[in-house]
Amino acid sequence: MARKRARVPAAVLLIAPSLVVMTALFAWPLLVGIGQAFSGPDGPTTAYLRRMADDPYFWPAVRNTALLVVVLVPLQFAFALTMALLLRERPRFAGAHFFIWVIPLAVSDLAAGLVWLSVFADRGYLNSTLDHLGLDGYAWLSYENTTSMFLTVVVAELWRSTSLVLVIVVAGLQGVPKDYDEAAAVFGATYWQRLRHVVLPQLRPSLQVALILRTILALETFAVAQALTGRNLPLLVGETYQWYNVLQNPNVATAIALVVLAVSMLAAIGYLRLLRDRTVTR
Amino acid sequence: MTNRINDHLRISRRGLLGLGLGVAAAPALTACGGVSTSGADGGEGAVNFLSTQFTQVEERQRFEKILGDRVTDPKVAFNPVDAPTFATTVKSQLDAGKVQLSLLGGLHGDLAPHASRLEDLDDVLGGLGDRGFAADLTELAKLGGGTTKYVPWMQATYVMAVNKKALQWLPSGADVQKLTYDQLLTWMTAARQANGNKPVFGLPAGPKGLYHRFFQGFLLPSFTGGQVTTFRSPDAVVAWEYMKQLWAQTVPASTNYDSMQEPLQRGEVLVAWDHVARLRDAPGDKPDDWVMVPAPSGPKGLGYMLVVAGVAIPKGAPEVDKAKEVIKALTTGEVQADVLRQNAFFPVTSAEIPADLPAAIKLEAGAVKTQQEADGAIVSLPPVGVGTRDNEVGQVFKNAFKEICLDRKPVQGVLDTQAGQLNAILDELKVACWRPDPAGTPCRVA
Repeated sequence: MARKRARVPAAVLLIAPSLVVMTALFAWPLLVGIGQAFSGPDGPTTAYLRRMADDPYFWPAVRNTALLVVVLVPLQFAFALTMALLLRERPRFAGAHFFIWVIPLAVSDLAAGLVWLSVFADRGYLNSTLDHLGLDGYAWLSYENTTSMFLTVVVAELWRSTSLVLVIVVAGLQGVPKDYDEAAAVFGATYWQRLRHVVLPQLRPSLQVALILRTILALETFAVAQALTGRNLPLLVGETYQWYNVLQNPNVATAIALVVLAVSMLAAIGYLRLLRDRTVTR
Repeated sequence: MTNRINDHLRISRRGLLGLGLGVAAAPALTACGGVSTSGADGGEGAVNFLSTQFTQVEERQRFEKILGDRVTDPKVAFNPVDAPTFATTVKSQLDAGKVQLSLLGGLHGDLAPHASRLEDLDDVLGGLGDRGFAADLTELAKLGGGTTKYVPWMQATYVMAVNKKALQWLPSGADVQKLTYDQLLTWMTAARQANGNKPVFGLPAGPKGLYHRFFQGFLLPSFTGGQVTTFRSPDAVVAWEYMKQLWAQTVPASTNYDSMQEPLQRGEVLVAWDHVARLRDAPGDKPDDWVMVPAPSGPKGLGYMLVVAGVAIPKGAPEVDKAKEVIKALTTGEVQADVLRQNAFFPVTSAEIPADLPAAIKLEAGAVKTQQEADGAIVSLPPVGVGTRDNEVGQVFKNAFKEICLDRKPVQGVLDTQAGQLNAILDELKVACWRPDPAGTPCRVA
């Protein structure tokens, strides 16, 4: 009789730790952040949002970040898929290849940025090589050459983070049974037909995860670009750093961070809907 | 080897964990005992000297050595901290009535917000008549009131370094010691043409460069007579149109230069403007190839920015008399010369510049003096009373430069937008205007 108190369902108990952690580390900072971005000393205000929008670095930062996502993510997927399919053919030393390809994953992004800086700097490896070949060097990272600045960031990011997609895709491929592929081959499907209609559809969950991860990470590109171009090629997260650390205005910094958050969430929702498996009925 | 050690010591995993935690906790616990921002380690009767200057380790050690050599009685406990810590420490100690500090050292802008918390020092300054303080400095030291609030300690400013190679292109009739902005432009244009179309003029417009001070304290005051109030005036448009032309004759790599002494030394730049501490190494071992000259003058006069530091005594200080002795000692010719030699801050007194100075500093000392004594000099101060927002205020000037000179946008439009940004910051701060703008609260762009 005494035992008949309201019992907490086991499921609630089981998710309680993660709920607590999520609340403490995500929900709470998020609420504080929203508060910081929208309230000043005299109560609620949109002054910080207006300062953000009026800042001459903000809109170029939005443009550059968007452009980076649009250029970088498809390139990375093309590279990662090709590499994963090559590995699937089990060439000799496949293990060694895989190992070498994922090395960039272990390099910190700031270190990667500095490595590429030594390549693209005015007197860096690339220009010295060009010089050896009798060609004139080029100021890759000069503020006057926006295109080449952007390209250097794309190259560096491509090198650094394609392996993340590769790892996810390789893992996904390992879960795809060979039987379907072989069956399709028996029925005379070409390689492209098998890839398009057999392999890729089964890879959908991995691709979805990789796409969401990579898009969010591309939106957050920071250290590599910071090392290579500083504020000459403004990106959104670099701007939050600038406002928080250099200009010491946490309010505008959070406002920009909230923009990154909103875009990340929109992108994630977009991918989830776009890549929904319509053949499965729920 | 390691195994043997482990065998001998036989520390259990739990013991090791406990030890680790203990080691990690120890500094945290001692920190609770009170960070010594009050310089409480000076012992009984020592003068606790809190300063925003010489926070860098080497500078601090050199200054402590000067104190040890020259200021033996009373004993001074020197404690340099960053500006925000300085502000909160002074405010909390004085407002709580528990003052441990006897002496405060800081830039004019660090001391100004605390004017009401500082002792009047008219008697000290009166007793130092033989030091020969510039009238400008003692006027500033009143912090806008009627009485002296601090005694000038040391000063710095910005000048131009010129490689003598560039003098051959100087337009006829121009005196390099008394340039106007128009002559500078003509000169740099001629130099560029004669130098195979490669510009020779440089500005520290890198991420950590001080180029905003050029606009705040030199260009704009020289053209408009103001720094903030005249930010979007017709005169300011003329100034920025001029800046656009000067930028066209400036080494484009300037946007990477944080301090000008390196590019000057490498020969990438022949003429450059920068802070004296950031030009010091430019002449290297060939001081005869260089001249240091005052900044140019514009239609309204020779605008220059004065970085002046002062020493003050907080109200309720435990060692007022000893602190006054320290102030007297700091303003003697020997200490002023030592500080110049060791830490490159210039004397505020008429102290004889010692003959054995490094050649570069001697060159600078000449330029600093000529600049200060020039006819029509307009003194500007770095923003006063803005505290941690200084970078944000500076960024407005940097933004104006970026949009006008780099992005080539129409000047008036840029100034109008940036004036809005500047006013947004100033409206929150509600501070009085600083030199050269007429004092008035709150300070705003007209």
